[in-house]
Amino acid sequence: MIERRNAIYIAVAIVLAIVPAFLNAYWVDVLNSIGIYAILALSLNIIVGHAGLFNLGHAAFYAIGAYTAAIMNTSFGIPVLWLLPLCAFTAGLFALIVARPIIHLRGDYLCIVTIGVGEIVRIALINNVFGITGGANGIFGIDRPTLFGLTIRSPYQFFYLIWIFAGITIFLFHLLEYSRFGRALNYLREDEVAAEGSGINIAHYKLACFVVGAAWAGMVGNIYAAKMTIISPESYSFWESVLMFTIVILGGSGSIPGVLLGAFLIIGLPEIFREFANARMLIFGAAMVVMMIFRTQGLLPSRPRTYDLTKVGAGEGSS
Amino acid sequence: MSLLSIKRLTKSFGGLTAVNNVSFDVEAGQIVGLIGPNGAGKTTVFNLITGIYRADQGEILFDQQPISRLPTHRTITLGIARTFQTIRLFQNLSVLENVLSGRHCRMKSGVLSSLFHTPGQRREERSALARVLQYLEFVGLREQVKQLAKNLSYGNQRLLEIARALATEPRLLILDEPAGGMNEQETSSLVSLIQKMRANGITILLIEHDMSLVMRVCENIVVLEYGSKIAEGSPEEIKQDPRVIEAYLGTEDEE
Repeated sequence: MIERRNAIYIAVAIVLAIVPAFLNAYWVDVLNSIGIYAILALSLNIIVGHAGLFNLGHAAFYAIGAYTAAIMNTSFGIPVLWLLPLCAFTAGLFALIVARPIIHLRGDYLCIVTIGVGEIVRIALINNVFGITGGANGIFGIDRPTLFGLTIRSPYQFFYLIWIFAGITIFLFHLLEYSRFGRALNYLREDEVAAEGSGINIAHYKLACFVVGAAWAGMVGNIYAAKMTIISPESYSFWESVLMFTIVILGGSGSIPGVLLGAFLIIGLPEIFREFANARMLIFGAAMVVMMIFRTQGLLPSRPRTYDLTKVGAGEGSS
Repeated sequence: MSLLSIKRLTKSFGGLTAVNNVSFDVEAGQIVGLIGPNGAGKTTVFNLITGIYRADQGEILFDQQPISRLPTHRTITLGIARTFQTIRLFQNLSVLENVLSGRHCRMKSGVLSSLFHTPGQRREERSALARVLQYLEFVGLREQVKQLAKNLSYGNQRLLEIARALATEPRLLILDEPAGGMNEQETSSLVSLIQKMRANGITILLIEHDMSLVMRVCENIVVLEYGSKIAEGSPEEIKQDPRVIEAYLGTEDEE
């Protein structure tokens, strides 16, 4: 089972690696968008899919990362990719501060508050908070990223930057899923009382998953800012949060392959069916309704973790 | 020296005093039963001990240490584990992972070592898995290790809850109606399991309605009625206590 999944990942990776050679710049850029949303949705998946906390304000963390990169780059000339850790830090810190007072809220209540957080961030950016966000016009003139002396400029170059970052994300989040941390999130999603009663500090893990998800979204914000060279508040609207949320739910919450498929469908399909652009919302809505009735776990639902018990030494655990 | 010491514990919900000035001790190595009619406040006492509720008054000492203000997960880490009256397993997770949740508080790896699977993290995982298999073997669920919790029979779900509690390495194990929904055969294997756990050095406090089980395994019994303690003693004393008989059967002049 595990071998087959790895084979699929490798096959997809190889196809992705060579496919830009056969596509024009426009379609490569579509794949770039898919990659960016895939990473964003994977980071949201930690919060929504694994911990079961409804977060409809993920664009706020994405925005914090993008603005951190833009401000530090345009004001101090620090190369954008160097700012990745700082973007992760500021977005994570912001998540820690806003999530702390609201984390005990359940289900829909948390969802509504996160919508509020997302809107507050967007409106604060429009209002040129602290005089550093450039108001509704945003910030322009962000440097292109450079990697090993090479300036990343064309969609083809960005394609590899984004998808290598996506690959690293998939790999690390897969490891995270198979760990004490990943399990703790699942326990609290399944039953908070039982999780606390089994010795798990659920308040800590709720906060931690917000911080990890936000930090990752912050790093995507950095790459997005470097790719666009201009960012403005409208890129971080409520609709962005809804898109990420839809990708997770439609693809399969808690499932990495599901989220990737969701990103391809939600971001890719509208590009393929451009002529039906007017009917997009209608089709989206209908698809969601059909999903909620017939396949509530998503297109590729998460599978139970498997453990290799043959390697577990019999005497190892005795104390 | 008593392992658990409950002193003048009071808890009310609105106008209802669920637990009223209850005191009792649990000595290390004992099996103590907490009995009483429905609504007597037994489960409330358990929830107070494990920190799910906060006591209005009174004190709970575990190993001489006050625990009534601690959050639940801290209490568990100190060495008190519990099962729930209504089964609260992680239904959609495997039997293995349910027991692994109990190991959580004895493991250390954090976000970063989980992200990168450091050698220390991998070693910890392996030894946790080995321990989990031992606990499953102990309660007799080794064969079902890969099944989802929700697919187990009712009796086996109760055993799984016990395995999960044992995985936290408790010194005191609190069982809330462990035999609820079990047939006679399952109940008698539960009795031997309880005695086996005690032989391993675990002190046990249990709520149970099955009187034959209580009388068979408990050395000390505390009886609650309407939130107050009405009797305490050995099974023989409790069986003959007129107030206990009255609480359970009612007196004749009541009618």
